[in-house]
Amino acid sequence: MITLENISKTYGKGPQAVHALKPTDLHVAQGEIYGVIGLSGAGKSTLIRCVNLLERPTTGRIFVDGQELTSLGRQELNQARHRIGMIFQHFNLLASRTVFDNVALPLELMGVAKREIRERVQPLLDLTGLSDKHAKYPAELSGGQKQRVAIARALASRPKVLLCDEATSALDPQTTQSILELLKDINRKLGLTILLITHEMEVVKSICHKVGLISGGKLVEEAEVGDFFTSPSTRLGREFLNAFLELDPPQALIDRMEARPGPHTHPVVRLAFTGDAVSTPLISRLARECNVDVSILEAKVESIQERTLGLMIAELIGPQEKTQQALAYLKSHDLQVEVLGHVQRNA
Amino acid sequence: MSSAMLELILMATLDTLYMVGVSGLVAAALGVPLGVLLYVTRPRQILAMPTLNTALGMITNIGRSIPFIILMVAIIPFTRFIVGSSIGTNAAIVPLTLAAIPFVARLVEGALNEVPPGLVEAAQSMGATPYQIITKVLLPEARGGIITGLTITAVTLVSYSAMAGAVGGGGLGDLGIRYGYNRFNPVVMLITVAILVVMVQGFQSLGDALVRKADHK
Ligand SMILES: Nc1ncnc2c1ncn2[C@@H]1O[C@H](COP(=O)(O)OP(=O)(O)OP(=O)(O)O)[C@@H](O)[C@H]1O
Ligand SMILES: [Mg+2]
Repeated sequence: MITLENISKTYGKGPQAVHALKPTDLHVAQGEIYGVIGLSGAGKSTLIRCVNLLERPTTGRIFVDGQELTSLGRQELNQARHRIGMIFQHFNLLASRTVFDNVALPLELMGVAKREIRERVQPLLDLTGLSDKHAKYPAELSGGQKQRVAIARALASRPKVLLCDEATSALDPQTTQSILELLKDINRKLGLTILLITHEMEVVKSICHKVGLISGGKLVEEAEVGDFFTSPSTRLGREFLNAFLELDPPQALIDRMEARPGPHTHPVVRLAFTGDAVSTPLISRLARECNVDVSILEAKVESIQERTLGLMIAELIGPQEKTQQALAYLKSHDLQVEVLGHVQRNA
Repeated sequence: MSSAMLELILMATLDTLYMVGVSGLVAAALGVPLGVLLYVTRPRQILAMPTLNTALGMITNIGRSIPFIILMVAIIPFTRFIVGSSIGTNAAIVPLTLAAIPFVARLVEGALNEVPPGLVEAAQSMGATPYQIITKVLLPEARGGIITGLTITAVTLVSYSAMAGAVGGGGLGDLGIRYGYNRFNPVVMLITVAILVVMVQGFQSLGDALVRKADHK
């Protein structure tokens, strides 16, 4: 539905040039919710603004619904934009228009007749839960309500694609959830393809099917959301995941931890269980078969869409050859093992 | 006070209102589009035309930097050409209008500058043409600011018109000078000043009321 081919964007020229986006390919399938995540300044906004050519890419081609946007003239591009909805972090509603008139705006721009506008706006207000707010002005609404208006407005022209630029970043967690539910609902009911950018893993976890990780203007990792949350393949991906899961060893332990194993140390490991491993009594077997003691420091279970993810931080206590054996045993099973460091015995 | 005097005061008041009204309306009709042009042709704006923008900006600045009293005298031939005379209320309207156009344009440009760029961007993402962006986004969103600008213009025109009156333009300024100053009649002087104060007050209140109605912020 959305295809970016070799898209790059450079701001400015010469030594001051900023390569906001390095040559990037991206594909979003019909009906998919694709999330692009990255740190501030990674190039997320640049990427999404290139899709509807709010920003002209320096190189590359963009296809939306089979049409190459980068080859269109001004008028044709405006026509094509009617089929691409967009919502923004700061809502961008017209303060001079009521909720109803804001939602009607794209239809006015398309030259839709007044009567038809009335018929088309009302169902959108129902869908977004704004029926009783139609005569209010944006200044009288909460942030969540404003974003609902923006969503209704973006849907008015019956687009096939919805672009969301940090659509929930200005909202509190609860309101964020309700907006995400709405987007999910729209995706299901209308079969709308959604490309969203965010810096919050929560957003990706809640509604995305696929995720792309962007860093320094490059798409460094791309995965199904279930896979990304269980086994990110890049260092940055792991950092995002760990920050999201907030599963770090206690500070007191970190202070004692050494990077290399010594003659009298034992390893501290972070384990991530997925799939069958979640339901296997692995830890008790480990203790039995390898003859080590396992001290569990922290553990939690997350459900990522249909998948379950178990997480644990543990010390493996025993003589070095035993703990080495234990590590090998863990690695031979279907789970992620990361040695965080080593601590002195009986410290 | 004689009824003749009262009639003179009434006529002068109407003359002032006439001068301010006509020059204000014409200046708004020309100054608002000029202000829009100044804004939309800026670099990175929806109709970016840097050369035109610089040229318009210079003309506007020149218009604004000429002191009104000098402008009035300097354009006498032009005034005569337009209204056939260089004295009287009609003649005063020409320099008043000319002075007010760049004034309005800059105030309108400033009001448009207050419209969050995100709104223009949102409209662009909906496929709006530059004309639609101007008529459906920029002007409605800047309505409050534009009305504020026009109010300031009206108030300024009241005082300029009094200045024009001093050199044969008619209206309250003329009356105040002729009777109040030259014939040393402090009562007439005070009355004309009082009427001017009330007039300015009235324009300001009217403007404020309109802004309140226009703004939903
Ligand atoms: N108009 C511009 N001119 C020059 N540089 C720009 C422009 N827009 C963005 N950049 C630069 O491009 C880089 C990527 O910016 P971008 O806005 O895409 O980041 P982002 O991932 O959206 O960040 P954030 O999460 O903070 O919104 C940044 O280094 C930024 O400074
Ligand atoms: Mg951004």
